[in-house]
Amino acid sequence: MRGRFIFSVLWPACLIVAALTGAAWLVGWLVKADPWLVSLCGGTALASFAAALLFGICDYGWGVFWPELTESLAISAAQVAANKLRSALTALGVIIGIVAVTLMGTAILGIDAGVERSLSGFGDDVLYVSKWPWRNVQDWWNFRNRRDIRIDYVEPVTAAIAERPEGPLKLAVPSVYWSANVIRGEYRVSNVSILGTSSELPYLVKSDMKEGRFFTEVEARGGRNVVVIGYDIADALFPNESPLDKTIRIRSQQYTVVGVAARQGSFLGMFSWDSVVIMPVDAFTRSFPIRWADPTIRVQVDMARLDEAKEELRSIMRRVRGLGPEQKDDFEINSQQVIRDQIDPIKANIAIGGFFITGLALFVGAIGIMNITSVSVKERTKEIGTRKALGARRRTILLQFLIEAVSICVLGGVGGLALAWGLSAAVGALLPSFPLVFSAALVVLGLAISVVTGVLSGFMPALQASKLDPVVALRYE
Amino acid sequence: MIPPTATPAATRITRPPGALVIEIEGVTKLYKMGAETIHALRGVSLKIHRNEYLAIMGPSGSGKSTLMNMLGCLDTPTAGRYEFNRKNVATMGDDELADIRNREIGFVFQTFNLLPRSDALHNVELPLIYAGLGKSGRLDKARRALENVGLGQRMGHKPNELSGGQRQRVAIARALVNDPSIILADEPTGNLDSKTGEEIMALFEQLYAQGNTIIVVTHEEDIARHARRIVRLRDGLIESDKPVE
Repeated sequence: MRGRFIFSVLWPACLIVAALTGAAWLVGWLVKADPWLVSLCGGTALASFAAALLFGICDYGWGVFWPELTESLAISAAQVAANKLRSALTALGVIIGIVAVTLMGTAILGIDAGVERSLSGFGDDVLYVSKWPWRNVQDWWNFRNRRDIRIDYVEPVTAAIAERPEGPLKLAVPSVYWSANVIRGEYRVSNVSILGTSSELPYLVKSDMKEGRFFTEVEARGGRNVVVIGYDIADALFPNESPLDKTIRIRSQQYTVVGVAARQGSFLGMFSWDSVVIMPVDAFTRSFPIRWADPTIRVQVDMARLDEAKEELRSIMRRVRGLGPEQKDDFEINSQQVIRDQIDPIKANIAIGGFFITGLALFVGAIGIMNITSVSVKERTKEIGTRKALGARRRTILLQFLIEAVSICVLGGVGGLALAWGLSAAVGALLPSFPLVFSAALVVLGLAISVVTGVLSGFMPALQASKLDPVVALRYE
Repeated sequence: MIPPTATPAATRITRPPGALVIEIEGVTKLYKMGAETIHALRGVSLKIHRNEYLAIMGPSGSGKSTLMNMLGCLDTPTAGRYEFNRKNVATMGDDELADIRNREIGFVFQTFNLLPRSDALHNVELPLIYAGLGKSGRLDKARRALENVGLGQRMGHKPNELSGGQRQRVAIARALVNDPSIILADEPTGNLDSKTGEEIMALFEQLYAQGNTIIVVTHEEDIARHARRIVRLRDGLIESDKPVE
């Protein structure tokens, strides 16, 4: 008796702890608090929820809980089978809610994936030494007056790398950009990004060749007019033939195509190798004003030692620029982290907006469940009376109707997930560039949400059922 | 005493009463109906022993149903003492009452109250589920209970595939399945034709002979005469409490 009393106190206590830490986890996640603290809250919430479940079952009595659980499941299955149309219509509300949740989830994951894909095209593990920072700056005049970055800084940086092969820096490559029209006979592509670089760029970027090869060191040093073109450019200029060894014209120069980069795909107009023409820096210099071409030194680093790498690169650059100890840096070391930092708040805003919309859809579904559980309780008042007369306890009746509500919700959840999966697959097939990513985490989330919706919306009617006076219920016609 | 020529139908075994099962003393029950207070029971005292076969009679409004609900632990008295197997029931909470109903009382209703979508076997199994019995033990006991009421061949049938008499037999098997201290039957023949009603009463006779304690609530004199003792209620009080000749 005393042991059971302990359990009956423990499980609500654990549930309260779970609710509080769960709320803390959600708030922490939304305001991006210390990740260690957030995961501590999340872990505590999960653990205390599990403990509440365990103590709850102990309080219920395992010997009674199991047969009653299976009985309740059987009753729910029979109820759903007996009221197919009604159950389907009720589940529809939940289906809409779950579709909204998962589609929002796929969209957010898709944005993530799209951004990752675009960024990793540059090479993840690369630092960019340039005149301008990538973030927005108010005091732009301070940056404008900086001396230009010269692409021959590559040499001292490369020398420094060669001196310390075990250091965090690995490889330095110059890059310059200009925009120009590319012409081949009748075909023409306007405003193409022209990238001037060295023959070592392929070591930096994660992009394969569709056909041909990258230009060689000899070609680069000789400043030969050779280019590697992106997939879309090749497609536009050479619709029905291989572009290899053919010539294209940029400004007044003729260039021989030696390679075509593999298709990468683009995302929301962000950078993609598909629409780029790459040529040796020395060839670039002949056509474009290199000073204004955003000269940048790209340095591949050991990602595990990113901070060390930044520091080392900074000291090399200060030496190269001849800065005294009291002078400030007159160059910028950029990394892709800046871009990610700018995208994160956008993602959070989409998530919060989606949160309300899906919350609304789920709320409507939950009202449907509450309503149908109410109707079910009313219809079966006499049955409830009979069950109570035969020895069903309050919690037995509560469990039975809760499980019925949850069953319909889970049915709706599974239906919603299937529908969302189908929709995102269809959208993915029709619009390959549209960002939708379906994942196992979304399935778990969708099912968890349907269970919670079922419990919350079924609770009031189930509680009413459990509190019915057996005398009154038995007399009900 | 019984003449050797007596027909078997007239054979009545009366078993000596055993231990005290139910003891109520000075029980009252008040209902509030709007502004009016109804005295359903005005101080009833009653003792029921093991091996008794008791009928409770009375016109409508006599407090018969209220007394039955009280005896069946579906309801608790406003005042007075109620002990079931020496345990005080009057102050028990909902769940404790549910346990008493599950273990000690087998209900038989006028309208059978079977679950329409479950077969006979599952209907009989139900009290054992609430008792927390394992699956194989449940099916075993439920089968034996159904065989005991003569429905061994009808276990897989749903209520709508059974006749009224058969449905009431399923209900009786359900009442018996958890070996209760008493069987409480509320107008058990009220929804049956007289021939089937007689069959059900014969079944009760058989159960009584097997050692069950039976309480039948009825307003029919013919049914009540099957019992060994009749308690008559009027206006919330016991009018008479006599053995049947």
